[in-house]
Amino acid sequence: MATEILMPALSPTMEEGTLAKWLVKEGDEITSGMIIAEIETDKATMEFEAVDEGTMGKILIDEGTEGVKVNTPIAVLLEEGESADDIKASAPASDAKADEKAEEPAKSDSDVAADKPVAAQPAAELPSVPEPDWPEGTEMKSMTVREALREAMAEEMRRNDTVFLMGEEVGEYQGAYKISQGLLDEFGAKRVIDTPITEAGFTGLAVGAAWGGLNPIVEFMTFNFAMQAIDHLINSAAKTNYMSGGQLPCPIVFRGPNGAAARVAAQHSQDYAAWYSHIPGLKVVMPYSAADAKGLLKSAIRDGNPVVFLENEILYGRTFEVPDMDDFTVPIGKARIARQGKDVTIVSFGIGMTYALEAAEKLAADGIDAEVIDLRTIRPMDTATIISSVKKTNRLVTVEEGFPQSSVGNFISATVMMEAFDYLDAPVINLCGKDVPMPYAANLEKLALITTDEVIEAVHKVTYR
Amino acid sequence: MAARKTTGKSNVSADELLKYYKDMLLIRRFEEKAGQLYGMGLIGGFCHLYIGQEAVVVGLEAAAKDGDKRITSYRDHGHMLACGMDPKGVMAELTGREGGYSKGKGGSMHMFSKEKHFYGGHGIVGAQVPLGTGLGFADKYKGNDNVTFVYFGDGAANQGQVYESYNMAELWNLPVVYVIENNQYAMGTSTKRSTKSPNLWERGAAYGIKGEAVDGMDVMAVKAAGEKAIAACRAGDGPYILEVMTYRYRGHSMSDPAKYRTREEVQKMREERDPIERVREMLTTGGLATDEDLKAIDKEIKAVVNDSAEFAKDSPEPSLDELWTDIYAAPQEADA
Repeated sequence: MATEILMPALSPTMEEGTLAKWLVKEGDEITSGMIIAEIETDKATMEFEAVDEGTMGKILIDEGTEGVKVNTPIAVLLEEGESADDIKASAPASDAKADEKAEEPAKSDSDVAADKPVAAQPAAELPSVPEPDWPEGTEMKSMTVREALREAMAEEMRRNDTVFLMGEEVGEYQGAYKISQGLLDEFGAKRVIDTPITEAGFTGLAVGAAWGGLNPIVEFMTFNFAMQAIDHLINSAAKTNYMSGGQLPCPIVFRGPNGAAARVAAQHSQDYAAWYSHIPGLKVVMPYSAADAKGLLKSAIRDGNPVVFLENEILYGRTFEVPDMDDFTVPIGKARIARQGKDVTIVSFGIGMTYALEAAEKLAADGIDAEVIDLRTIRPMDTATIISSVKKTNRLVTVEEGFPQSSVGNFISATVMMEAFDYLDAPVINLCGKDVPMPYAANLEKLALITTDEVIEAVHKVTYR
Repeated sequence: MAARKTTGKSNVSADELLKYYKDMLLIRRFEEKAGQLYGMGLIGGFCHLYIGQEAVVVGLEAAAKDGDKRITSYRDHGHMLACGMDPKGVMAELTGREGGYSKGKGGSMHMFSKEKHFYGGHGIVGAQVPLGTGLGFADKYKGNDNVTFVYFGDGAANQGQVYESYNMAELWNLPVVYVIENNQYAMGTSTKRSTKSPNLWERGAAYGIKGEAVDGMDVMAVKAAGEKAIAACRAGDGPYILEVMTYRYRGHSMSDPAKYRTREEVQKMREERDPIERVREMLTTGGLATDEDLKAIDKEIKAVVNDSAEFAKDSPEPSLDELWTDIYAAPQEADA
């Protein structure tokens, strides 16, 4: 019987990819392990090996086709005795390009990344509320978070010779998540520096370089690996300006993906927002949209203080509208009201905004008008915006991916209790990731993460309806 | 141990020798005074004295030029005095006063002087090694010929980040002189009990880094080795490792049980290897200074140290609003 070859998922978060090149043609004999195609994902171009043996019966997706969803049949393999004519009738979904029902492959059991509510969303749309971050009438362009981060770094590197990027695979590999793609070509190996796998070493080195007059951007392949270097973030970068009586500021940005990706289990899935937000001397930024990613990263690079810039792998590929301006920055320390409402305040940041906004839309259908605040900066925190919103809505739900104990939401609750206790009509609910190491199994992982339904349920609780 | 090796450089001028004598003596008298002030309760917390190791920093500073940088651990008073920082500011930091280098917010272990290119004063053992490597990285990036001295002890030599730093420094040819101050004890653990391979400088060979052991009780030998290391770094042939064999007379910190070595061992070092006595002897036997000359120097140094102690006692405690300053730097405008 003919075997379908499906578009492979080549990274934990891959939803679709480009079929860059076929290395075999119809009629070729295929052996197991043979490289049959090159697939370009959001991270890299990878070789695709055949698993089964047979004859290449039919190529269903032409090379050069973009946006091929994971698990779409891309070719049919024939067993001995079969001919290409046999499969014409049976080959399903032979035209992926024309497949308008983009959601459908996402429901497949094997496509775990897309199975999560967050990843099932196409280009995320921000609600149309007044945007104070850029002048009215500014032209907008569509851009992924990945492109926005890259553009921010490139612009700042053009602007200032002392800005440089350092980390594992940032140069020749073009970035483990393609954030730094093309930067080596433009800025050269002096300013886009591939390091050995040596987090404690290169983080300390970068802090020293900042004291020596440079403006380093340190990319951690993920913030999980920054644990190897956390002493330098906290004891060296954050505290020295204070301990030197203001003589040694440390202008440095530590950035990289933070939080759960998909199916990478406990050591690779952790949100460090609360950890770093604990430390005086650090600034902690966690953008959701591409505009904020770009504007805040540029501000972080110019800040003159150590900034921990927490990105999210799942958000990298999401598209948002970004103002098309010469020098667009977003101030650190300022929250953004992403959606105005009067019945309840939902505060979130980073990927948590996905659930907060989705819940707000669904709640609106039930007649509950939620105000959604995107914190954007965790430290220094714009508590004033939260307090003033709570004074209006009298109810608060916080949403984050991190663990519950000593969470960012706990701090917000305490602040609201101290500064707006009399305005509260219900106990604050802090929604967090579950209090367990992230499991690998798809169903358990889903259970460990926060969901839109949990946000909706919490809002019903605090609004008593 | 009794027989002293000849110094690496014999035709040293009287002025030079006198300068080293003064610089080392300043450190010793300063540290003795700090010990006293600690005993009087004027200095708190941890306080690590440098007595016995004076020739290391004085010898290396003699080889440095303006613009060179230095960074070290928490046993940092000697380094600061040797690179020209004001004894008053150092002592006032020890007493936690407004006139201290860190306005009283750093203390003994955390002092800095951007002006003198002294980058601390670090309390986490070994952390200064990648940090100092980064200072060298910045100089190379900027294209100047400055060198950074990265000091660490035989204890820190077993920290992993030292070797991460070695690897990157050699990979990128950074102008860094790693100075291992081997005073033979990491707190109370002798190198024999912590380290299987006896020669710490040889570990650099695994990374292709040149290095050597130096007699750290001989200021001239240290200076000569420093000149060689610096020349290599300035010529783009860095990094370089110097393992300077030295000895700390006092305890690890002020509260040291002194059970891990004998009184005789310390006494023998003081009598036979003292770096200051060695220079004093060279000065007198060589007819380069009279007893009167040396007495005058002693008096001068004592006055400087007493002044620093008076300043450190008189300087007020930091004002209470200092609690909330210097947590963040003012926004930098990079291309201003």
